[in-house]
Order: sequence, then C-alpha cells, then structure tokens
Amino acid sequence: MSLKTFSLKKSIWVYHLSAGSCNNCDIEILDCLTPRFDLERFGICLVGSVRHADVILATGIVNRKCLPRVKRIYEQMPEPKLVVAVGACACSGGIFAKGYNIAGPFDKVIPVSAYIPGCPPKPEAIIDGVVKLIQSLDGRLSASSRVVR
Amino acid sequence: MMKEISLALLSFLIFPGLLFTAVVGLLAGWVDRKLTARIQWRVGPPWYQNFIDFLKLMGKETILPAGAHRLTFLMAPIIGLVGITLVSLILWQMSLHPTRSFLGDLIVVLYLSILPSLAIIIGGSASANPLASLGASREMKLLLAYELPFIIAIFTPVVVIKDIRIGSIITYQMENGMMFTHHLSSLIALIVAFVCMQAKLGLTPFDIPEAEQEIMAGPLIEYSGPPLALFKLTKAMMLFALPVFLITVFAGGMRFDGVQVILSIVKYLVVLILIVLVKNTNPRLRIDQALKFFWLWMFPLAIVGFILALVGI
Repeated sequence: MSLKTFSLKKSIWVYHLSAGSCNNCDIEILDCLTPRFDLERFGICLVGSVRHADVILATGIVNRKCLPRVKRIYEQMPEPKLVVAVGACACSGGIFAKGYNIAGPFDKVIPVSAYIPGCPPKPEAIIDGVVKLIQSLDGRLSASSRVVR
Repeated sequence: MMKEISLALLSFLIFPGLLFTAVVGLLAGWVDRKLTARIQWRVGPPWYQNFIDFLKLMGKETILPAGAHRLTFLMAPIIGLVGITLVSLILWQMSLHPTRSFLGDLIVVLYLSILPSLAIIIGGSASANPLASLGASREMKLLLAYELPFIIAIFTPVVVIKDIRIGSIITYQMENGMMFTHHLSSLIALIVAFVCMQAKLGLTPFDIPEAEQEIMAGPLIEYSGPPLALFKLTKAMMLFALPVFLITVFAGGMRFDGVQVILSIVKYLVVLILIVLVKNTNPRLRIDQALKFFWLWMFPLAIVGFILALVGI
C-alpha cells in the first residue's frame, strides 16, 4: 500500500453534490457530521470547494437541467477522485426512474464507486458505505475500477 | 564562510525554521480541532490528523484553472510560507540568543508577518475566479482594518522601554517581570493585539475572507493538491508563530532556563486555548462590522494604551 493511498484512506474530504434531490438525503449527510456520529474522528470533513475534495457525495436524480453541471463538477475535481451515490434516487432513480426529465441515475453520467441505497439512508448506512469504499481503496485508485454494493 | 552559510541554511530549514515550526504548528492545529470537537461534545480527530491531511494533499493533482496566471498562482503559497518561516526563525533566534538582536528587528517581524495575508490576496486574485477575487478583496479590507491597531499595540512596550530591539524587550522582561502584569499600557495593548491576532490568523469571528458557507473557502477556492497543502501549512505555522510573537513582546518571551521551560509551554497553551475558545463562541462578522469594530473600538483603545505608555504607566 503506497503512502498516497494510506494518507487518502485516513483523510477523506467530501464535497456534497445535490443534483435534484428532495433534500432528505442531504439532511442525513449533515447528520453524519453532527456530534452523535462525528465523522471528523476518521478524518472525514466537508469542504466547500470541489477542488479540495477527494470524494463527491452525490444525492438526487440527475435531471436534464443539472446534467452539464454535474459533469463539469466531476471534471473540476483533482485526481484521485471517487464518487459515492447516496440514496435510492442517486443509485437507481428511485420513484422518479420513469420521469420525463431524468438524465440519471448517477452512474449513467459519471463513474460511481459506491452505492448507498435507502430513502433516505440512515447515517449508519452512510458510514458503512464509506468504510466499505475505504476498504476497497487498497486495490486500485480509480473511480471506475471497483464497484461496492 | 561555508560553515556560516550552512549553519544559516540549517537554522532556516530545520531548527528553529521550517521543520520545527511546521511540526509544532500542525500539532497546534490538532489542539484547535480537538478542542473544538470537545466543545461540541464530539470525539475529534487523532493527533496525527493534520500530518495525514498534509501528506494527502501533497499526493493530489494540481489543477491550473483556465485564465489563471500560472507563475503568480503557484508562487503565492511559497511567498506566504517563506514569510511565516522567517518570522518564526527571527523570533526563536532572539529568544535563544537575545544579544544577537539587531536594530529594528521588531519592524522586520511585523512586516514579514503580513506576507501570508498578502500571499492569500495575490493567490486569490491570480486564480481567475469571482469568488476568489471576492475573498481577496475581503482579505484586503480586513488587512487595512486590523494592521494599524496591531502595529500601535506592538509598539506600546517599545515606548515603555525606549528600545526597538526584540532582544532588549526580552532582557528587560527577564529583569523586571512580564510586561503586561507591570504596565497598564501593555495590558491594554495585549488585549488589542490578541483581537488583531485572531483576525490575522483568519479565525472566527474574523474568518470573513474564507467564509466557507458563503464564498466557499474564498481565495483558496481554485487551489488543489500541493499549493493548497502549502497554504494549510502556512495557516498552521501562523497558529504557532503569532502567539509566540505576542508572548515575546508582552509576556516574558519563550525561555529555556530551568522551570521557565514549562512556564513557556504553559503560556503558549493558554494563548492557544484562548484563541480556540474565542473562535468557538463567536459568530462570523460581516466585513463592514469587522471594519467598524477595528476602527471604532480597537484603534482608540490602542491609542489610549500608547498614550499611557508615553506618560509612563
């Protein structure tokens, strides 16, 4: 395991990307940072700019209006980069899967490395998903290489 | 000649320059994060967290935004880092050998300590991003607001002892006790300098340039990878060097004889904990409120301290 992977596993900075979600998953993500769950003890913190981030926490269906923005934000991120789809909508489209304005789900638009289902997923589920993602990092550091379900 | 040069390089790069300040600064950054976590009833990160963050950022990709000025964009973090390293170097040399002090080194330290703020302004302006230039303009206004009361406050002890060397300030305090317990003027100046230091460090309530929730890290928005790591390192080193500066001028300096070693560490920790407490118990001000606060309250207070020092109290 290289030094690069080791330090990445210990210090994951996440950027929160909401692409047409109903705000419920977003609230659950913020819940992870509250004193009860306290993700900072694992070195995970929320950053304001995607240039600083290692992981995109993506929520919501990707509708046609925000499709170009989602692609652009992914391209603006520095390597190594990972995407975690949080919630039923981000994973599969959820109840909006047959909607007229849906361009997603996320893995049709950008490479996704981990899926966290649930409507919304509990903070425990989000932490579990991130832990599985960290474990999968040992192999290769490419967003499209490993898929964790 | 060779020996002198290598000795100078050694003291710049290792002790008490870059490496020493960086390690202690990153540890101080951990104290900040851990204390913040405890105040919010959380567990907080482990002690090596800031080192890991630095390592990780060094391993990431550096993106040059389209439209950014390459050289200026990449030089800015180095300017800030060199500035704060020199501040720490001069302060520690004076603390270790007060006799080596030269005329006006206080002014040199004051001016070098502006370099990190200037680096943030330069970097933000060079990165061709509207939010970054907004942050840079806020940093500029904040610099104008706090720099004048800060300089007046730092010069109050100089007026008391009538000498502008850091070395003679330290020796004066060795003989007569701490500045701020013996002179009312220095106590007032210490309060002003402390508040100004909070703004210099860019911590709440004066983290207006980097307000994460409104302008997304401000001037640093376009930085990624190693340049961002250097900026974070500069911030951490400031958290070590500036309290040491205040202790040197007002509270007896960092000393290394007998029990004074422990006392020096305690003094630094007290200042650090005060900074963190102020940071965690205050909301962020708007830039106009900060300007008003410094010019209407801190500046007259600094002037009062200065006049008291002229009278000799």
